[in-house]
Amino acid sequence: MGVYEQLVRTLVGFIRVVETSLSRDIVEALKSVATLEEGMAKEIALAMLRNIETAERLNIPVCQDTGIPMFFVELGLKSPFAGNIGSALVVAVETATREIPLRPNAVNPFTNANSGNNIGRFVPWISYDVVGDSEVIDVWLYVAGGGSSYAGEARVLNPVGWEKQLIDFVVSKATRYGVNACPPLLVGIGIGPTVEIAAMLSKKALLRTVGTRHEDRRVAELEEEIKHRLNSLGLGPQGLRGRVFVLDVFIEYAYRHPATYAVAVSFGCWVHRKGLLRLYPDLSYEIPTHGIGRRSL
Amino acid sequence: MSRAYRVRSPIATSLDYLEVGDVVYLSGIVVTARDQVHRKIVLENTQPPIDLKNLALWHAGPIMVKRGNEWVAVSIGSTTSTRMEPVEADFIAKTGVRMVIGKGFMGDRTAEACRKHGCVVAMFPGGLGALGAGAVRKVLAVYWLEELGMPEAMWVLEVENLGPLIVTIDTRGRNLKNDIDRALAPSNALR
Repeated sequence: MGVYEQLVRTLVGFIRVVETSLSRDIVEALKSVATLEEGMAKEIALAMLRNIETAERLNIPVCQDTGIPMFFVELGLKSPFAGNIGSALVVAVETATREIPLRPNAVNPFTNANSGNNIGRFVPWISYDVVGDSEVIDVWLYVAGGGSSYAGEARVLNPVGWEKQLIDFVVSKATRYGVNACPPLLVGIGIGPTVEIAAMLSKKALLRTVGTRHEDRRVAELEEEIKHRLNSLGLGPQGLRGRVFVLDVFIEYAYRHPATYAVAVSFGCWVHRKGLLRLYPDLSYEIPTHGIGRRSL
Repeated sequence: MSRAYRVRSPIATSLDYLEVGDVVYLSGIVVTARDQVHRKIVLENTQPPIDLKNLALWHAGPIMVKRGNEWVAVSIGSTTSTRMEPVEADFIAKTGVRMVIGKGFMGDRTAEACRKHGCVVAMFPGGLGALGAGAVRKVLAVYWLEELGMPEAMWVLEVENLGPLIVTIDTRGRNLKNDIDRALAPSNALR
């Protein structure tokens, strides 16, 4: 196997891990939901755990909506793969769609035609952050499903009184559309000078580990407050009433413009498929989100 | 506490014994239809390729693979039913389906159609694609695959003990969503 082919195979394996199993923090969080809930909510949480176990055992996608793959690449420019990781990711998505298989989800917005292979204009979505002096490439994969993506929104708030506006915005979005986004949910909130910066940060916030708070104490307190507000609604798993409507709330921010307070909210469903692949120059890799230690193909 | 029932499709008898909150395990014939099939049948008045009378409908977009001459369900679960709310009442009236399976809740128009036509709406919780595939015994047919693509095509399935399906609208038109909204109203003023 040539080096490029080996790179593609490594990426296909990574996509398979993310689509057929959940990260350790999410599995632990769902186990605690099963402990906390009673009655119907508990039954649903137990069905979720059975579903995860079945998918892992049979090596099949945890959810039939295998989403639109979004890659967030932290690109070490000294990596030997810095030049071709992008094309390798596209080939890997096409291969994974055929082999796992994944559901073809890439649809032309004007003709409704499904490309059949999850490849289309700007799909898979790949964004890069350059890490100049590193030999390592970190590839984050987030699988954006339809139900959770449907509930997302970005808008610009008035800087005066932003905090109440932000909480009202998130709570009303979550109560109106959250039930359809497959709760218990992950909630990502982005703040910044413009809507697209806020939106991108809200998605990146969803990659955080459940239970970890923002390093800035004020941000951490707001995360806790919104989480408490959303869980005290009593909506619970799938909106059938219960204690846990959200598994966690994460905020990420950029400095804003004096005149604007742009915010965005992105939701993740309970089948929260995220993963980190750390790729070393010798093509060894690890997937720490899923407890997979350093190894080679 | 909710009660559990086994239901067989085609549904030959009345479903009046089911109440919201009851749990159903379904065996027999289930047909998938989501946005585009609803558009064709309701908005464009296209004749369904098979008679849907007394069958169960599932808002679902599966992953299927073809092994030899047979399609096999790899993963299948519910999609958001709310998207179909504007057209579901007409779909029920036109086709005579007796059970609508999906995720989330449906609204007043669908509830009224259920009351009129002896239909129920039931939730197969979202995200249970691996469990859903385990309930599929056989893929009997597929229609409109070329035109609509895999998720949107109409798949005809034989299932065994598909569930848990939680009844959210019963044949009296009672909607579990309204019960929950009322119960949570004081703590949920923004809704």
